Amino acid sequence: MWKDKAVHILLAGFASTSILVVLLIFLFLGREAAPFTLAPGLMELFDSRWIPVSFQQERFGILSLVSGSALVTCLAMVITIPLSVIGAVYIAEIAHPTEREALKPFIEILASIPSVVLGFFGLLVLAPLVKELFGLNTGLNALTGAILLALMAIPTVITISEDAINSVPESYKAASMALGASRLQTIWKVTVPAALPGIIAAIMLGTGRVIGETMAVLMVTGNSAVISFSPLSSVRTMTATIAAEMGEVPFGSVHYQALFCIGVVLLLVTFSLNVLAQRVLKKYGMMQ
Amino acid sequence: MKIIFRHFLFVLVCCALTFTPACKRHDKAGSADSGQKSTRYLTIKGSDTMVHLVSTWAEKFMQTSKGSEVSVTGGGSGTGIAALLNGTTDICAASRSIQEKELNLARQKGLNPLEVVVARDGIAVVVNPENPVSELSVEQIGKIFSGAYKRWSDVGGTDEPIIVLSRESSSGTFIFFQEHVLSKADYTPNARFLPGTSAVIQAIETDKLAIGYVGLGFTVEAKDKVKALQVKADNSGMAISPSEETVKSGEYSIARPLYLYTNGEPSGLVKEFIDFCLSTKGQEIVRETGYVPQ
Repeated sequence: MWKDKAVHILLAGFASTSILVVLLIFLFLGREAAPFTLAPGLMELFDSRWIPVSFQQERFGILSLVSGSALVTCLAMVITIPLSVIGAVYIAEIAHPTEREALKPFIEILASIPSVVLGFFGLLVLAPLVKELFGLNTGLNALTGAILLALMAIPTVITISEDAINSVPESYKAASMALGASRLQTIWKVTVPAALPGIIAAIMLGTGRVIGETMAVLMVTGNSAVISFSPLSSVRTMTATIAAEMGEVPFGSVHYQALFCIGVVLLLVTFSLNVLAQRVLKKYGMMQ
Repeated sequence: MKIIFRHFLFVLVCCALTFTPACKRHDKAGSADSGQKSTRYLTIKGSDTMVHLVSTWAEKFMQTSKGSEVSVTGGGSGTGIAALLNGTTDICAASRSIQEKELNLARQKGLNPLEVVVARDGIAVVVNPENPVSELSVEQIGKIFSGAYKRWSDVGGTDEPIIVLSRESSSGTFIFFQEHVLSKADYTPNARFLPGTSAVIQAIETDKLAIGYVGLGFTVEAKDKVKALQVKADNSGMAISPSEETVKSGEYSIARPLYLYTNGEPSGLVKEFIDFCLSTKGQEIVRETGYVPQ
């Protein structure tokens, strides 16, 4: 009897680890960021300029960083979603088995390329290409970052979407075919809608990856903290700012606290994205 | 309900357990010269500009001084100074002098950072080789980087926009440049902040309209990729190319000392290492690695 209980507690403990970790991260970030709300004040974050090192006046406005992150993420998803959803449909429904055998390993390889290597690729190949293509002065901009991020998100989204499409019961398709629908009609009117919650979950996961990615964006977006909505302007994302500046700051300085505030904002964004994803799944009745 | 309560209790207990040791994180790292007979460890953190120089010193030092192990990491001067203040490094390598507010922070913590000048370094202002501009005054460079001049035609070039490249704010070169060339003005927000010197060289090589700054040592390696501008100290002065001779003689105006910082008077292995850096052999290494001897 007590053995049962011990095992139960042990398993419950393991299962709760993630709750614990999330709580601890929230607590830690909050603790380091909290002094900022008292000393320079929360309003400081709504400044439009991010000038953490200055002989004049230090300013910690994260609006430009948030807009930079938003711009790069949106662009990346605009590229990712059509490519990967169509790709997943092709691999799951249309591709010949041998074709599938050839495609899948390459997608997996794409997923496993370290982001710093992709960053180098971006700096040396993609940036000059984007520059030439759009007749720009420099290729270090939001679009270059977004293309790199799309390269990272596509394997995630394809893999999970493909699983979702594969798990649509064969009987749905058979019924559709029996009603006289063509193969393409079946795919777009039956299979994809049935797999939609899974596809949306895949897209949300991909978005999470894109928002959180740091190294590649740090290398190719140019890191200018300006508010802009043009894909061809240089932007600075929240993650790149934390990565570039965290090393330099002494513990407890205002700059240090400001970086933690960015961390909190980033966490809140991903948290709400998750909540949103759950809502969507619930709406489609796919929540277990 | 009961299960939820149990979960909650478990989480709380774990929180308490994890937080107890977490409070001790400000402990000082192991001191440099503990243990006489066994291996002696020395950590050096700081400037990216100096990392090649310091690691060469470290290699040679380990060869001559048996049983000592020196680990060198870069990350930027600010990183090194932060590490010195946090007690996670024995020596900090910095390409800029410590700032007043950092000194205050150190005093609050009861530390006493001491500086030693170990070499000098010129900062070359570099542009794409195709750029017709080949000389600028310090004032003009300052205005370019602070955003007052936006087009190359403002400084005698073609009528095209200037792409300003800068290092990240954790770089010592960033702060030195801001203080001495921009006269403490802020960088233009349109500047592109790149994570390392190699990224700056890479971007200059591909962007015809870009301007950036790098340590003198890098211009030797990247001679074909970038063009180092001749710099006039003031508008009437002579345009001087950055080189070892002109930096040493003081003719080239954008030059700076390179420092090692220690906490308090150096002793033991820390002292041995610094003495080695200042020795004839150490200064020879300075020249070999592309910097200017003290």
